[in-house]
Amino acid sequence: MLGLAVATTAAMQSCKMKTAATAVQGDAATKTYVAPGKYDEIYNFVSGGFNGQVSVYGLPSGRLLKVIPVFAVNPENGYGYSEETKAMLNTTNGLIPWDDQHHLDLSQTNGEQDGRWLFANANNTPRVARIDLTTFKTMEVLQIPNSAGNHSSPFITENTEYVVAGTRFSVPLGSEDVPISSFKDNFHSTASFISVDKNTGKMDIAFQIVLPGMNLDLSHAGKGPSHDWFFFSSYNTEQAYTLLEVNASQKDKDYIVAVNWKKAEEYAKAGKGKKVPASYAHNTYDEHTQSATSEIKNEVLLLDPKDCPDMIYMIPCPKSPHGCDIDPSGEYIVGSGKLAALIPVFSFSKMTGAIAGKQFEGDFKGIPIIKYEAALHGEVQKPGLGPLHTEFDGKGNAYTSMFLSSEVVKWSLKDLKVLDRVPTYYSVGHLMIPGGDTKKPGGKYLVAYNKITKDRFLPTGPELAQSAQLYDISGDKMQLLLDFPTFGEPHYAQACQASLIKDKQVKFYDINKNGHEYVTMGEKKANVVRKGNRVDIYMTAIRSHLVPDNIEGVFVGDEVYFHVTNLEQDWDIPHGFAIKNNPNAELLIMPGETVTLKFTPDKQGIYPFYCTDFCSALHQEMSGYLRVSPKGSNVPLKFGTGETVTSVAAK
Amino acid sequence: MSIPIVIICLATLWFFPMWRIDMRAPQYPDGLSMQIWINDVKGDVPIINGLNHYIGMKTIHKEDFLEFVFMPVSIGCFMAAGVLIMVLKKKILYYVWTGIFLLIALLSFADFYRWEYNYGHNLDPNAPIQVPGMSYQPPLIGYKKLLNFEVLSQPDIGGWCYIVSGMILVGITCYEWKKK
Repeated sequence: MLGLAVATTAAMQSCKMKTAATAVQGDAATKTYVAPGKYDEIYNFVSGGFNGQVSVYGLPSGRLLKVIPVFAVNPENGYGYSEETKAMLNTTNGLIPWDDQHHLDLSQTNGEQDGRWLFANANNTPRVARIDLTTFKTMEVLQIPNSAGNHSSPFITENTEYVVAGTRFSVPLGSEDVPISSFKDNFHSTASFISVDKNTGKMDIAFQIVLPGMNLDLSHAGKGPSHDWFFFSSYNTEQAYTLLEVNASQKDKDYIVAVNWKKAEEYAKAGKGKKVPASYAHNTYDEHTQSATSEIKNEVLLLDPKDCPDMIYMIPCPKSPHGCDIDPSGEYIVGSGKLAALIPVFSFSKMTGAIAGKQFEGDFKGIPIIKYEAALHGEVQKPGLGPLHTEFDGKGNAYTSMFLSSEVVKWSLKDLKVLDRVPTYYSVGHLMIPGGDTKKPGGKYLVAYNKITKDRFLPTGPELAQSAQLYDISGDKMQLLLDFPTFGEPHYAQACQASLIKDKQVKFYDINKNGHEYVTMGEKKANVVRKGNRVDIYMTAIRSHLVPDNIEGVFVGDEVYFHVTNLEQDWDIPHGFAIKNNPNAELLIMPGETVTLKFTPDKQGIYPFYCTDFCSALHQEMSGYLRVSPKGSNVPLKFGTGETVTSVAAK
Repeated sequence: MSIPIVIICLATLWFFPMWRIDMRAPQYPDGLSMQIWINDVKGDVPIINGLNHYIGMKTIHKEDFLEFVFMPVSIGCFMAAGVLIMVLKKKILYYVWTGIFLLIALLSFADFYRWEYNYGHNLDPNAPIQVPGMSYQPPLIGYKKLLNFEVLSQPDIGGWCYIVSGMILVGITCYEWKKK
């Protein structure tokens, strides 16, 4: 009788749906607890998706450390609003205040992270940015002509020789007006190779390879034996231009596009390319002048595969592949057909063998197609539903995200057997293992960046943060450790050991090296200069006053530039600056920096301005007044700090 | 015999600071530090000056201290006298030498105290922060709490060498004196 009761209870329990709560077990809390005052062991750089920024998290705590403004204006610190940074967002169509930031790549030397720069792509208006890892500041933004939907970007070669940018939405080259229905004849995708200067990091478009109209999706560079190659996944090789959902899902296989970039480089040097007019912006931030400049370039070098034999091959890959990931040894190329029921793994050595043996099955618009089986290492059978992206742990294992079945699947590169699977919450997109796309992955943590959040956190109305999960992958079985919210919509992410960059952080700028055109070197140099209707205010900020803090003789319609120099020379003493009714943002000025805020008053009045960053015990006193008089009135130009009517009279 | 050691100890004053004042506040987890050399004042002086303006303390400038000229000259002369005594080999001169050393030490401490007193007490009457009855004289030696700052004043490497040379001089003088 009792036995029956136990059996019934057990049966009832097994009928229950599994909940997320049951997934967390053991010592997860101690593995993610970073005590107050202690540091995380890893910097995690997370793409911001539709917020256009890059977030920086600490791992394993999941604490948000910083948001780096890259492709979107940031009123919080004046990025894109200050006179110095407006040029960073300049394009051939003027200042574009937003973009869709998808992927990141940390610079590498010999296939390992070197902690110098972080590259970021903009998907909507094709651009690639470079962020300096000593200041966490965007230093350079390069626009990509002849492209649209810059998705397979900014992936880099092993020594950061090149950053790539591949077209997701094929477009006509140049600016010809053509019918959309002429897609097959007039539309192209391009694979742009951007050279990176070894010492300065400065980017330049070395060449663009012109490809047939199709959608390049993701990419990764080869490493080790495959060093000379770059691999791009493609979809819509059906060349559909409407209802892609159906029309781009017709073919059984699309392609992995294998590009021999060393060959391409040789062809470019040998003059096989064609220089064509193209307009694109190249924006750089100069640390000395503390200002950005935007240069519009007007030429680009195109390489046509027809003129460059042996440079590009197509490898058939099932069902609209998404991720295109290379294992740490450089031998295996993992394509993830997002609609396929298996994961094909290609072998680099078999691929080169197939090319040598001419094992082709025709061509795609003139580009040789390698026979599927000739390049195939094997297939991971029944991995899950909707495979997207794969990362590696350096111990012979691969981890693939499954969007539809919402799980991470661990499998062996050697025998392609599934070893373990864990659920994600919910519908995972990218995965990230610190260094997981380099020669030396860290095999301790894996983070899943999800597309759907639902019930993971306290609800916040219809619009929710995204959720990420941290897993411990050091053992045979993956263990869920932590949920943490992420903002915008994270796509790819990067992470490195904190020790790689922690100790080279700039704490403040040396005021003696400030080469800003409008720097004020000390309060005695504070000044107000009028030239026509332009008024330049040379202002200083130091705890807890602004010089000058009383300004008169400014008129309606004047263009007033507040050039604020923060005279502090100590860590973490920024000053802020804002002025009432200014249809502009505020400034955050780091110690030793000069930043400019423009104000064009259109009404007469007294305009208070103040420090917005609580800097000191007398922060509330750190304020002043600008008097704006009617146009044509004869109020003399007057400015100062600490002068009152009585003290002036006493003099 | 002891004279070269004393001279070497005193020579360290040109290579190491003689005194240090360390400060810590909640906002300064790494602390602030000021080192007094025989001819200079170094460390976080600009930051300390910036903070001290709130309580109306005078800013610290190297140029204000005539001591930075006097001290190297007098210690230099003292070292030269040592060489002379070494040559002449007169005990009485050694005693006088020790006496001069003690005099220099005493005057230096008195002078140091006077500076600290003046900095701590002569405050700008218009200073933003005024705490009734509060003065900000740093400790001559040892620990003191001044508003949100903890202050620790102590000899640095050069200072310790100076103290060692003083101990040698006094020790040998006493020993020789008793032997008589």
